[in-house]
Amino acid sequence: MNSATLKDDHQERRKKLSNLLLSKKKPMDRAFFGIVLGAAGYTLLLLALIVYAIGDGSIEIFSYEGLDFLTGTDWNAVYGREAFGALPYLIGTLVTAAIAMVIGVPVSIGIAVFLSEIAPPRVSTPLSFVIELLAAVPSIVYGLWALFVFRFWIVDLIERPLYNAFGDWIPLFGKTPFGLDVFTAGIVLSIMIIPIISSISRELLKAVPDTQREAAYSLGATRWETLRIAVFPYVKSGLFGAAFLGLGRAVGETILVTMVIGNAVGINAIPTSLFSQSQTLASVIANEFNEAASSLHLSALIGLGVVLLMLTMAINIGGVLLISRMVKVSPGVKE
Amino acid sequence: MEKIQQEKANLKYQLQSTMERKSSKKRKIDRLVTIFCIICVGLAIVPLGSILFEVIKNGISALRIEFLTQRPGSMISGRGGIGPAIQGTLITVGIASIIAAPAGIFAGIYLAEFAGTGPLPHAIRFFNDVLTGLPSIVLGIVGYIVIVLVIGSFSVWAGSFALSIIMIPIVVRVTEESLKVVPNSIREAGHSLGIPKWKITLHITLKAAFSGVLTGIVIGISRIAGETAPLIMTILGTSLFFTGFDDPVDALPLRIWRLASQPYDSAHAQGWAAALILILIVLLFSVTLRFLAARKGFKVRVIRYSNL
Repeated sequence: MNSATLKDDHQERRKKLSNLLLSKKKPMDRAFFGIVLGAAGYTLLLLALIVYAIGDGSIEIFSYEGLDFLTGTDWNAVYGREAFGALPYLIGTLVTAAIAMVIGVPVSIGIAVFLSEIAPPRVSTPLSFVIELLAAVPSIVYGLWALFVFRFWIVDLIERPLYNAFGDWIPLFGKTPFGLDVFTAGIVLSIMIIPIISSISRELLKAVPDTQREAAYSLGATRWETLRIAVFPYVKSGLFGAAFLGLGRAVGETILVTMVIGNAVGINAIPTSLFSQSQTLASVIANEFNEAASSLHLSALIGLGVVLLMLTMAINIGGVLLISRMVKVSPGVKE
Repeated sequence: MEKIQQEKANLKYQLQSTMERKSSKKRKIDRLVTIFCIICVGLAIVPLGSILFEVIKNGISALRIEFLTQRPGSMISGRGGIGPAIQGTLITVGIASIIAAPAGIFAGIYLAEFAGTGPLPHAIRFFNDVLTGLPSIVLGIVGYIVIVLVIGSFSVWAGSFALSIIMIPIVVRVTEESLKVVPNSIREAGHSLGIPKWKITLHITLKAAFSGVLTGIVIGISRIAGETAPLIMTILGTSLFFTGFDDPVDALPLRIWRLASQPYDSAHAQGWAAALILILIVLLFSVTLRFLAARKGFKVRVIRYSNL
């Protein structure tokens, strides 16, 4: 055997071996790759389908109302007098979400601080489990509880005292409260988003390296000063991101809001005080979808879906970007 | 010399006293912050306690075997049950998870095992996160347009399709995360034995990550079992038992909603009982799955609903 054939033989063996190792050439592997790529593509396809379906369904209303759909305040499905304006519902959505954020974000961050900075593990472990449970309660059960139990607490403990004290001269509190209003809806929403925001915030706080805290403590800082100087700046954008994700949930929540917001229609749905009845984009869709009188009415409801979709997409993309920036800044934040 | 020392002592005294004053103020603020945090925890726990208490208190009285198996009677009488709703929830959620679990797991495998750092995986990850945050009512509209309008009837298919869109991104994300923590040495061991990649992935890597994947599926199912909004425009709700996949069915959340909108006390009592059943089904399901998994030797991670 001369050296040339030996070399050929060697080459051939190497090829065989590398074929064996580089499994790309095996048909089963190729098929498997096709399957997983297909599944991954399916999620993209779903998003495209959502955008297409919603866009297609709302063409009719946007060609009928044009941009007035976004600025109009009338909502009338009666044949011959149709008018569809989404503005009141957009305002209702933003007001309830704002109330939910004002209450929910500080409370969530307080919980996160308690769980990660103050409580010893034997308290914080069961406690975080309990708060996780809060997230597992279906929103319809929240709704049931809010409708039959919680709204009476709100009326008796908060709304009526506020109304009696300030109702005459501050328009914010100027409407006889009976519990089915934007205030109740906002508070129940805040209860619903607390577990979401607090558990992300807790993860973020836990990811702050202990050296940061130790440095602050060694300078004689108290716990609050340590938090303020060494911990919060580190997780600021992440906390914003967590709040954004909570906001996205609050804006899109449907059934719970439908049950407690009082379901006003058209111009009446623009809240004039905290105790006004209103509606959100999602609750109008839920309330009217099955009773839509005409294809135009149905298209108007789908148009509300378009507004809602764009609102939540913007909020969520903002939140995801903020959190991922945070993750990039400090490795180890990822679970 | 003495003067200087006196001045020094004086200064030291001044410094100490200001520090002490400051530190007592500091301590007060610190205590206030701690109290604030404890109040926050209380604010979160009181509603949970109240919800569980009310659901059990109001729901337990209406719970009877007939209530679980019978069709709804007339609203005023307080007779009848929620049989169709339980059946409908099981069917709709079952089909949704049959669609969503494989799709989600395979997409997660793609992201964790095959995807590099190119634009496509990046886009899939990003849009998957976007998909997670979409309001469920919008997905209901999609189910209505894509399926109800096409086959011409409110149906199980439409409801399951809408619910599967909610579940898929959850499963994708959890699968990817759990595959990523499987140590590389396990994969390398497989490669060194000449096992093809698909076998390594399915039989070795996925098995090692199974507890995490299972957790993702459980989270997904408990999430969609409680969804109401997308079912309004897809399965519609009915008081009849299941008649076919192309027909409307009932579901527990929908039934609770309908019962709660009635002006009758008996309907409300049934609503509470249905809520109790819904919570029990969700809990029972996740406990059973954990138990099964534990018996097979898989450790299921603590379920973290809220991160998704």
